[in-house]
Amino acid sequence: MSKSSRMRLRGLIRKESLQILRDPSSISIAFIMPVVLLFLFGYGVSLDAKHIPVGFVIEQPDAATNSLAGSFERSEFFQLNYYQSIQQAEVALNERRIEGIIWLRNNFSANLLSGQASPIGVIINGVDSNQANITRGYIQGTWQAWLEKFTEIQGKKIHTPVIMQQRIWFNPALTSRYFLVPGLIAIIMTMIGSLLTALVVAREWERGTMEALMVTPLHISEMLAGKLIPYFILGMGGMLFSVALAVWQFGVPLHGSFWLLLLSSALFMLVALLIGLLISIVSKNQFVAGQLAIIVTFLPAFMLSGFLFDINSMPDFIQGITHIVPARYFVAILQTLFLAGNIWPVLLANMGALFIMLIFFATIVWKKSVKRLD
Amino acid sequence: MNISHITAIAIKEFLALLRDKRSRLILIVPPILQLLVFSFAATYDLNHIPVVIYNQDRGQASRDFLSHIHGSSNFHIIQYTHQASEIESLVNNRQALLAINIDPSFSKNLHQGKTAFIQVILDGRNSNTAMVATNYLGNILMDFNLNWQQQHQQTAPKIQLKMRNWYNENLQSRWFIVPGIVCLLTLVVTLLVTALSVARERESGTFDQLLVTPVNPASILIGKTIPGIVIGLFEASVILILMVTIFDIPVRGSIGALYLGIAIFLLSATGVGLMISSISVTQQQAILGAFLFMVPAVILSGFSTPIANMPEVIQWLTYLDPLRYFLVIVRGVVLEGDSYSLLLNQYWPMLLIGISSLSLAGWLFKHRMY
Repeated sequence: MSKSSRMRLRGLIRKESLQILRDPSSISIAFIMPVVLLFLFGYGVSLDAKHIPVGFVIEQPDAATNSLAGSFERSEFFQLNYYQSIQQAEVALNERRIEGIIWLRNNFSANLLSGQASPIGVIINGVDSNQANITRGYIQGTWQAWLEKFTEIQGKKIHTPVIMQQRIWFNPALTSRYFLVPGLIAIIMTMIGSLLTALVVAREWERGTMEALMVTPLHISEMLAGKLIPYFILGMGGMLFSVALAVWQFGVPLHGSFWLLLLSSALFMLVALLIGLLISIVSKNQFVAGQLAIIVTFLPAFMLSGFLFDINSMPDFIQGITHIVPARYFVAILQTLFLAGNIWPVLLANMGALFIMLIFFATIVWKKSVKRLD
Repeated sequence: MNISHITAIAIKEFLALLRDKRSRLILIVPPILQLLVFSFAATYDLNHIPVVIYNQDRGQASRDFLSHIHGSSNFHIIQYTHQASEIESLVNNRQALLAINIDPSFSKNLHQGKTAFIQVILDGRNSNTAMVATNYLGNILMDFNLNWQQQHQQTAPKIQLKMRNWYNENLQSRWFIVPGIVCLLTLVVTLLVTALSVARERESGTFDQLLVTPVNPASILIGKTIPGIVIGLFEASVILILMVTIFDIPVRGSIGALYLGIAIFLLSATGVGLMISSISVTQQQAILGAFLFMVPAVILSGFSTPIANMPEVIQWLTYLDPLRYFLVIVRGVVLEGDSYSLLLNQYWPMLLIGISSLSLAGWLFKHRMY
């Protein structure tokens, strides 16, 4: 690289950096947004339900119903509201004051003692199916435990043929934070890499400053490098900041190598930046660039990367689409590096995929970015 | 205030938005594509969970148990292994989510009336997936146990829970997620349309020109609100029709109550959009500002995780989020068959958010000059 080229590059980088530093919105996206996201996902959002409001209909209170209600009362999963009739409880369910109903009819105790078959009605608000499944599991578990204790007091014993012993690897307590926080790093880097870059370059087109840049002696490679380097640094800064928060603030273990994390992040960052550049070259207007960046990069990183939803369970054609979402590979790398360690088959396959994407997008950006005014 | 001024501003806004072919396309094509792709993708239900089986038992009972797993569409047995060490590499490499290890005395124990155990190893890298998979397996086991007890005349508890689900009878994740995506897309489109409307003029300097015309700020405000609401109504209707036709999700409640909810929500969304727009100096700030509002708003709305599970302080924060109320309205009408009276408590907070954000936006028009 000649001396004049170095000087030109340094000048352009300086201009881009000043542009970042002087605009509060760029800094917010790079540093405030990650903090907001990490804290919301780290502390705010949880799939683990507690104190689920449940209506308990007892038509004829006696020792057995009180004992059953007591065991639900003692569970931290439930918060009971009592009703005398099923009609009252159904109204409450309809008005969303309770999530479910457990209905003990007036013959409950008699049937229980005489051993007659009689079902207990349980109604659950199924709108949120995932929560409904969890609630069903809790009700079933609490009921089973009470029934076993109750029959034991009666002198009988219920025998369970098969019991499942489970061991969960990598995240034994199933803390949802441990998989949400590493996945978020992919989302945050997508935001900085693609959204921010797309907007900034589209603005140059829209304002006509791109023309001004083109008439300078800047070579096309210098122009690309000048755009990429400051945002690369910003994105890696956001990444390191998020990793620090994840490890020290949220206590997410980092079992794998830090250097591998850095390497794969750099790889992903470059892919995200190139996609951002490509979007801005195609759209040349901030409204379209902003929308495209959200639709093509941010939302897929959220929905199609395996960050929240399991890719294996998606229909085949959607699974096909996930293969062109770079965040998919990065999320797999992140979850493995943080929770499982340096598992080479997973890391190599996903880093290889990112590398192929890098080459692909670099070629397209190179071909598309000709010094030309259309 | 002058009606002709308002219509003139509204027409100008529509032209600014729809004149450009790319902008027109971006308003219509992506929301539909997103609805299709994300509705199929976003589900917590699992199917074809890859399972590896390590069966050390040679009896019939373990084969019976495995046939239960084989018959379930939730699980897909990828391999029967004869080595414990293979389990580790399959789970580590994410080829199997779940490993089931049946010990050699399984059938013997069962036939002798003792309790038999199975060991299950799960990949916990995604804790929710692991939990759902455990639940599925637990249900299969419960069925197996009940069958066994009945076939072998063992005392089984006579009283069973009989569970029913209201509103979403088969507990399909999609019925929960798709109405949520309808709300989400309505918010995204409306916010981006309005967030740019003032910032675009500020950046090119035409907003000052607008302010020195005889048109008063209230008319400018209303004129700029109209396109957001009209485009939002159009988008919401298209997406709702697709929801009903493609995903077979019924609309059980009152359409009027639904549209009242949409109208009030659009008022609050345009209010927030215009507020962001009038704070911003450039379009970039407006887009990023909209984004800074949108992402927490979606996370805090109860779209994918219930508000009731959040810490109390964060639950208070959700009361400021218009999307929170809108989700309850759409899900309420679509799935629960709600009408006006049950949704009253959702309407008025959104209306309040709409009126206060619009007033603030109008105030900012005059008081933020560059």
